[in-house]
Amino acid sequence: MFAGYSAGELTAIFAMQGFAGLILFSVFVLMALGLAIIFGQMGVINMAHGEFMILGAYVTYLVSHAFADYMPALFSFYFFVAMALAFLASGALGMLVEWGLIRHLYRRPLDTLLATWGLSLILQQIYRSVFGAREVGVTIPDWMMGSLPLTDMIEVPINGLFVMALALGISVAIYLLMFRSRWGQQVRAINQNRVMAGAVGINTERTDRLTFGIGCGIAGVAGSAFTMIGSTGPTSGQLYIVDTFLVVVFGGAGSILGTIASAFTISQAQSVLEFFLSGSMAKVITLLVVVGILMLRPQGLFALKLRK
Amino acid sequence: MQIDRKTRFLTREEAIYFGLLAAVIFLILPLALDSFRLNLFGKYLTYAFVAIGLVLCWGAGGILSLGQGVFFGLGGYAMAMFLKLEASTPEATAIQSTPGIPDFMDWNQITALPWWWEPFNSLAFSLIAVVIVPVAFAFIIGVAMFRRRVGGVYFAIITQAIAAILTILIIGQQGFTGGVNGITDLRTLKGWDIRTDEAKEILYFVNAVLLFACLFAAQYVRRSKLGRLLIAMRDQEDRVRFSGYDVASFKIFVFCLGAAFAGIGGAMFTLQVGFMSPTLVGIVPSIEMVIFAAVGGRLSILGAVYGTLLVNWAKTTLSESFPELWLLGLGALFIAVVMFFPNGLAGLWSEQVMPRLRKLFAGRGAGARPPAAPFPANSASAPDSPAAKAAAE
Repeated sequence: MFAGYSAGELTAIFAMQGFAGLILFSVFVLMALGLAIIFGQMGVINMAHGEFMILGAYVTYLVSHAFADYMPALFSFYFFVAMALAFLASGALGMLVEWGLIRHLYRRPLDTLLATWGLSLILQQIYRSVFGAREVGVTIPDWMMGSLPLTDMIEVPINGLFVMALALGISVAIYLLMFRSRWGQQVRAINQNRVMAGAVGINTERTDRLTFGIGCGIAGVAGSAFTMIGSTGPTSGQLYIVDTFLVVVFGGAGSILGTIASAFTISQAQSVLEFFLSGSMAKVITLLVVVGILMLRPQGLFALKLRK
Repeated sequence: MQIDRKTRFLTREEAIYFGLLAAVIFLILPLALDSFRLNLFGKYLTYAFVAIGLVLCWGAGGILSLGQGVFFGLGGYAMAMFLKLEASTPEATAIQSTPGIPDFMDWNQITALPWWWEPFNSLAFSLIAVVIVPVAFAFIIGVAMFRRRVGGVYFAIITQAIAAILTILIIGQQGFTGGVNGITDLRTLKGWDIRTDEAKEILYFVNAVLLFACLFAAQYVRRSKLGRLLIAMRDQEDRVRFSGYDVASFKIFVFCLGAAFAGIGGAMFTLQVGFMSPTLVGIVPSIEMVIFAAVGGRLSILGAVYGTLLVNWAKTTLSESFPELWLLGLGALFIAVVMFFPNGLAGLWSEQVMPRLRKLFAGRGAGARPPAAPFPANSASAPDSPAAKAAAE
């Protein structure tokens, strides 16, 4: 496996693949955080999560075109506007879906799964009708192009660094929201005991709607960040949904820290294996190991100690 | 009377429903359809095997598997491997650089048949593998999951991940599996050409007979003590456990049974359609199979067959004329079934149609009719009862 590489080359390979893994990790974190809130805290299986992400990506695509057409001077900064709009669009759609669909199904998680799968099919078809079946990409502003050379063999792309910074920022924001804000307190209270939370005066319905909206909004931001790395098609979201669910389940549902740790493990394993094996085998082995571990330890890496 | 009705293999009413389905499958469809359409319906009926298994696992047992395509695929691939080896005689493949091995192996520079392909030269082995391989796979998954009391949503996600893994594996290992195209160009079964119209008609009837065998097996399970225990487990798993039953074993059994049905369905698919590919294994087909069962009625094995036929017929008709509408329609169907008709067609029949029919007949005189037995489905409660809650935890 390692034959034919010198020690220096091996270090460089591991560093580069490790960095590629870090970018994958950031994407996983961005995608999984929204799901960790919706699935981990509310217990809702949202199979349309990927489509909320793609909505964010399409919003970014539209904003980049709007900036290029009307405000070329500010083009370098369109991305920040796009991110905010992606958050709002996905979040608003999320709240609408919660109101129209999810809130009727809180007691039937398996049915939620089927209904949101149906929703994802509908959204995919809408994207296909509106944006076409072909994948679209955005023009990345100049300052995000190129890469930083660290040594003569190792260099890191700037857009990757940007996505990493974004993932870090959003993780911190979610941590603050969940553990330092009144809303977070209410979400955790409802998660532990819905009836009692309602009895002490928490408006559980409104909190649920807001939580679902925020989770979907984060998915929108993830989609927005995703345009920096790859192109977007109507079915791109579906490609990631299984990975994302595995990340959340592997981390231990309900634990934000667990989600981040498992995203790190899975992305690093996959990325390092990818260099030595084919991409598909790397993914198969990673997923198999994850499923295997989950069979031995169903509660995931970081289990929340709760009486059920 | 009441007890008798619950333990008898078929009540009079159920016997009528079975007879009706038999009439549809054995008489009406073959007489009404040309050979091409009949083959198409034969293909739909192979999915019905999976749907029946899902009714047992999901409707009765509360175990939602999103990986039934895996078992369908394993059964189908086992059959396809035999047929492919028969089609790859050294004479038929003389132009390859290594004659006598399947063509896709030759394209991928593989020069000898892999050892795990060897046994599939034997028809007997392949037919056993059609059932045993999916069952063994389901057994491993079942033991690992149910012994650790993993269920509900987690089980659904992990089975879905397994479907994804198997698809990636099949596509990635092109030289051994035929890759994304699957195993194609299947010709004969022990020298009998399966591509002629006549052969396809015979295969349709073989398929129909096997389907009824599975239906009777499923009906037997539902009427046995095991079937009653499954429903009890779905509604109050802990109480069943505290009563001294080994809950996991029952779940493993029914999951394996569902896998066996799916494997048979897969093999019949291969025989009737003439190929097997990863597009029938992955996440999307697996979840579509769930919607077949849901539309027909997750509690009714006969409903599952009707649901499969109806959804697939709609899919073919709609995607022929309005390809864009199909996905919208399928999505709306998912949502509508879950939100408004949780018991599917069978539920509509037994809750809406039957009471009205009965009123109609009662109005015409014979007032002293005893309340008729419910539709095969209705021994269980609606999904928003504790049933679904218990299944979720």
